[in-house]
Amino acid sequence: MDLRLMTAEPTAAERDAVDKVLGEPDSGWVGGLRRAVDGHAAVGGRSIRERRHQLLPALHAVQSSAGWISQGALNYICRRLTVPPAEAYGVVTFYAMLSTTPRPPRVAHVCDDVSCAVAGAGGLKAALERKLGPAGLGTGEVTWIRSPCLGMCDQAPAVFLQLAGGHDWAIGSAEPDSVVSGLVGQTPAFETGDSSDLHVSSGGPLLARVGKESPSDLGDYRAAGGYSALARAFDMGPQAVIDEITLSGLTGRGGAAFPTGRKWQAVADAAGPRYVVANGDESEPGTFKDRVLMEEDPFAVIEAMAIAGWAVGAEKGYLYIRGEYPLATQRLGDAIEQARVYGLLGGNVLGRGVAFDIELRRGAGAYICGEETALFNSIEGYRGEPRSKPPYPTERGLFGQPTLVNNIETLANVLPIINGGGQAFAATGTPGSTGTKLFCLSGSVNRPGVYEVAFGATLGQLLDMAGGVRPGRRLQAILVGGAAGSFVEPDSLDVPATFEGLGAIGASLGSGAVVVFDDTVEMPSIVGRIAEFFRDESCGQCVPCRVGTVRQEEALHRLIEGPPDGQVGLLNEIAAVMRDGSICGLGQTAATAVQSAVALGLVGGAT
Amino acid sequence: MSGVVITVDGRPVETSADLTILETCREEGLDIPTLCFLENLTPANTCRICVVEIGGSRALVPACSRRVESGMQIKTESERVRHTRMMVLELLGSSVDLSLTPLVDQLMDRYGAAPDRFDGGATVEEAPTIDNQLFVRDYAKCILCYKCVQACGVDAQNTFAISVVGRGFEARIATEYQLALPDSACVFCGNCFGVCPTGALIPTTEYEMRAAGTWDEDAQTVTRTICPYCGVGCNLDLVVQDNRILKALSPLDHDVTSGHLCIKGRFGWQHVQSE
Ligand SMILES: Cc1cc2nc3c(=O)[nH]c(=O)nc-3n(C[C@H](O)[C@H](O)[C@H](O)COP(=O)(O)O)c2cc1C
Ligand code: SF4
Ligand code: SF4
Ligand code: SF4
Ligand code: FES
Ligand code: FES
Repeated sequence: MDLRLMTAEPTAAERDAVDKVLGEPDSGWVGGLRRAVDGHAAVGGRSIRERRHQLLPALHAVQSSAGWISQGALNYICRRLTVPPAEAYGVVTFYAMLSTTPRPPRVAHVCDDVSCAVAGAGGLKAALERKLGPAGLGTGEVTWIRSPCLGMCDQAPAVFLQLAGGHDWAIGSAEPDSVVSGLVGQTPAFETGDSSDLHVSSGGPLLARVGKESPSDLGDYRAAGGYSALARAFDMGPQAVIDEITLSGLTGRGGAAFPTGRKWQAVADAAGPRYVVANGDESEPGTFKDRVLMEEDPFAVIEAMAIAGWAVGAEKGYLYIRGEYPLATQRLGDAIEQARVYGLLGGNVLGRGVAFDIELRRGAGAYICGEETALFNSIEGYRGEPRSKPPYPTERGLFGQPTLVNNIETLANVLPIINGGGQAFAATGTPGSTGTKLFCLSGSVNRPGVYEVAFGATLGQLLDMAGGVRPGRRLQAILVGGAAGSFVEPDSLDVPATFEGLGAIGASLGSGAVVVFDDTVEMPSIVGRIAEFFRDESCGQCVPCRVGTVRQEEALHRLIEGPPDGQVGLLNEIAAVMRDGSICGLGQTAATAVQSAVALGLVGGAT
Repeated sequence: MSGVVITVDGRPVETSADLTILETCREEGLDIPTLCFLENLTPANTCRICVVEIGGSRALVPACSRRVESGMQIKTESERVRHTRMMVLELLGSSVDLSLTPLVDQLMDRYGAAPDRFDGGATVEEAPTIDNQLFVRDYAKCILCYKCVQACGVDAQNTFAISVVGRGFEARIATEYQLALPDSACVFCGNCFGVCPTGALIPTTEYEMRAAGTWDEDAQTVTRTICPYCGVGCNLDLVVQDNRILKALSPLDHDVTSGHLCIKGRFGWQHVQSE
C-alpha cells in the first residue's frame, strides 16, 4: 500500500497514550527512532497491517487522554498501524464518543431517551443548559451533550461522564448538582461502585449470584459453584455440550431469537480457526440486563465464553462491550485478569490442556455496532457498517473466519444448561420459549429493574412485579422490545411475554425491554424520540434507512404538529421500503414502533 | 461452475452457480435497474434499487451481489419490488440533486416516482468543493454509492485518499479532516469520477462548460484510442466536441485496466490542443 500521511505530528502526551496501547515503535518506519538499517530495508508490511484491529483501542487511548483526536495523534496512529488517514478519519467520525474537533475534556452525556424522558430528563437538560450553557458548547473544562439510552433506565435519568485524563463514570438518578459535581469533582474509584441501588429479582439461575457474591472475587465465585460447568463441559466433550444446548431449546436473547444450539453446531462444523464473540454492546433503548450481568457476575460471562470456545473449537474470544459501561468494563477486565492468573483462561484452562483466552473490546458510541457484522467491522478497525448477509457469521465472521456470536444473556444461560442438563432447562418456561428470561422494566413503574422469570409470565404480571404504575396513575401504553419493538396498550396485559405470545399479537420480545408509560406521559414526544433515535443511529450505508429514517421523522413531526393530512399513508410507504429494502435489522425495524404507535392512536389520534 | 435451475418471474431459467441474480437476469434480457453497481467494482449493496423478491426471504435481496442458488424463486417486478424501487428513487430524488444522473427520469417514470412528495425535507445540499484544477466535487449530487471510495481504494487505485465520513444522513465522502485534495493522498488518477454515476465528481472542463451552457452531448463524439504514455496499453475513450478533447474515459471491459487510468491518460491530453 502506498501510504501517504498528513504532516501533523503528535504531542508527547498523544504519542505516549498510543504507545501504551501499541507498545513502543520498533523502527523508523512506524514512527520510532530511525535505525541504520531502516534506510535499506522496510520492516513490517503485512505484519503491521494485520494490527489494524488495534485502531479503535488506540483511538480510545488518545480520546481519553487528550479529550479529542487531533491530526497529529491520528497521523501517528496511522503510521503505527499502516492505515490510510482518510480511512481512519472515516472510523473516528463514526463514533459518538470520539471527537475530531477540540472539545472540553470532561463531557456529560445526558440521556433523554424513552425511559429517562419519563423520569425528567427534560428538566435536567434545561437545568444543565442554565448552569453550563447550550449542549456541546460548554467552554473550558466541561460540557454536556444529549445521549441516546445509556442502558441505565433502571436509574433514570442517567448520565455518562466521559472524563479525559481520568476514568469514565456513570451516574444514575441524576440531578443538575450531581452532574455538575461529577464533572468538576473527584471521580469515585471503581471499587466504590456498589450494587445497593440495584433492583433485581431472581426467579432463576441467571441472577442467583447477583447482589450476593462479590463480582470482584474469583474465590467467591468458585465457592458459589463457579467453574463447575466448565469442568463438566470438558468431561462431556464438545459435541455433547452442543447437543445439550440444542436439547435445551435455548434461543438467542439478543433480539433475533435464533436457536443457539443450531448456531453452535454450524460454527463447530465449519473449518477453523474460529472465534467466539460475546455481544455486550447492549444499546437497545430500554435494555440494561446485560449491564447487570457484566457488572455483577462477570466470571459467569467468562466461564460461559470458555464453554462456548470449547464446544465450537475456538481458542480466542472477544467480548465487545459498549463504550458507555465503565463499571462493567472495569469489572470484566479485572475478572479476565484473575481468570488468567488462576489458569481459567490461557494456554491450559483448568489444567486440561485446552487453550482459550478473551480480549475485551470497547465500543465507542454507536448502536449499530450491536449488529453482529457491524460489530466485527468495529473490532477489525473499520467503520461499524453491517455487512451484507449471506455469508453469515457462522461461515465468515470476525476476520473472515467462522464466528460464534452470542448475546451476554444467551451465554449466561449456558451455565445452568450444562450444570442441570438441557432437558431440565427445557422443562422451565413454555414449549416455544424455554428457560428464564431477564426483563428490563423501566419508565412509569414503581420499582424499575431487572426481573428474572420463567417464560410464561404475562405483561401484567411483569408490571405487577415492578410495583405497577404510581398511585393515582393509569397505565397508558407499554413499549415491548425497545425502540425496535412495538407499543401495546393495557388490553394486552394478559398476553404472555414469550416469543410466541408476543408474536401472536404482532409484537416481539426483542431484547426484553419493557418500558411502561402512565397517563401523564406525552406519547407523541416519546414516539418522536424513537424516530429521532433511528435517524441518529443509522449507519448511513443504504438509502432506505439513511434517508427513510429522516423522512419518517419528518412525516411523524407533521403528523403531530400539522399539517397531518396524508402523513399516515406516507409513513406506511416509508415503513415498507425500510422493512423490505434495508441491509440490516436497524432499517428493517426502524418503523416498527412508530407504526404501532400510529395504529394505536398514540400519535395523530384523530387521523 | 455447476449449472442450476431457478425460476424468474414464473419461468424456469438455467444458469450457473457462480453468477449473481443480476447477471442471470441480464442474460435473460431482463432490465434490472442499478445505481451503486458497476462491473469493475466490488458490489457495495448500498442503493437498494436492484432488489428482487426471493421466495422464503423476509426482506428483498440485492440482485447485484446475491448469487443464484438452485431452486431460487425470483420475482423481479413484484409489487414490493416496485414499491421499494419507487421509494428509493423518491428518497434520493428528494434529498440529492439528480440532474446529472443519466436515465434517472426514465427510471422515475417506470416506477411512478414523485420525489416532490417530500418537498421541504432535509437535503444534502452544499456548495461544490473546488480545490484543484482537474476535477470538482459537487457533493450535493452525491447518492453515497461508495463507488469512488472503492475505486480509490482496493478495487483499483489503492490510494485511499477518500472515505465515507460521519454517520447516517450526515455521512459524506471526504478526505481526512476535510483536507483539500492536493494536500491529501490523492494522485489525481480520476478513477473516482470515472465511476461516479451522478456527476457529483466531474472534470473541471465539463463542470465549467455546463455552467457556461456550452456542454452539448449531441455535438460530441467518443473516440477509442490507446494511451500514448507507457507500455500498459490502457484504452482511452476521448470525448470530443468541436474538435476539442473534453475528457478521457476508459472502457470498463478492457482486460488490462477495467476502466481505470492514471493521471497521464486521464488528464495528459492538453498538449494535443496546444497551439
Ligand atoms: C441494529 C441492531 C442492534 C443490535 N444490538 C445488539 C446488542 O446490543 N446486543 C446483542 O446481543 N445483539 C444485538 N443485535 C443482534 C445481533 O445482531 C445478534 O443477532 C446477536 O448478538 C446474536 O446473539 P444471540 O443469538 O445470542 O441473540 C442487534 C441487531 C441489530 C440489527
Ligand atoms: S439498514 Fe441502516 S443501519 Fe443497517 S446497513 Fe442500512 S443504513 Fe446501515
Ligand atoms: S483522483 Fe484518484 S487518487 Fe484522487 S480521490 Fe479520485 S480515485 Fe482517489
Ligand atoms: S461522489 Fe459519486 S461515486 Fe462517490 S459516492 Fe457520491 S455518487 Fe457515488
Ligand atoms: S438510560 Fe436513559 S433511556 Fe435508558
Ligand atoms: S445496484 Fe444493487 S444495491 Fe445498488
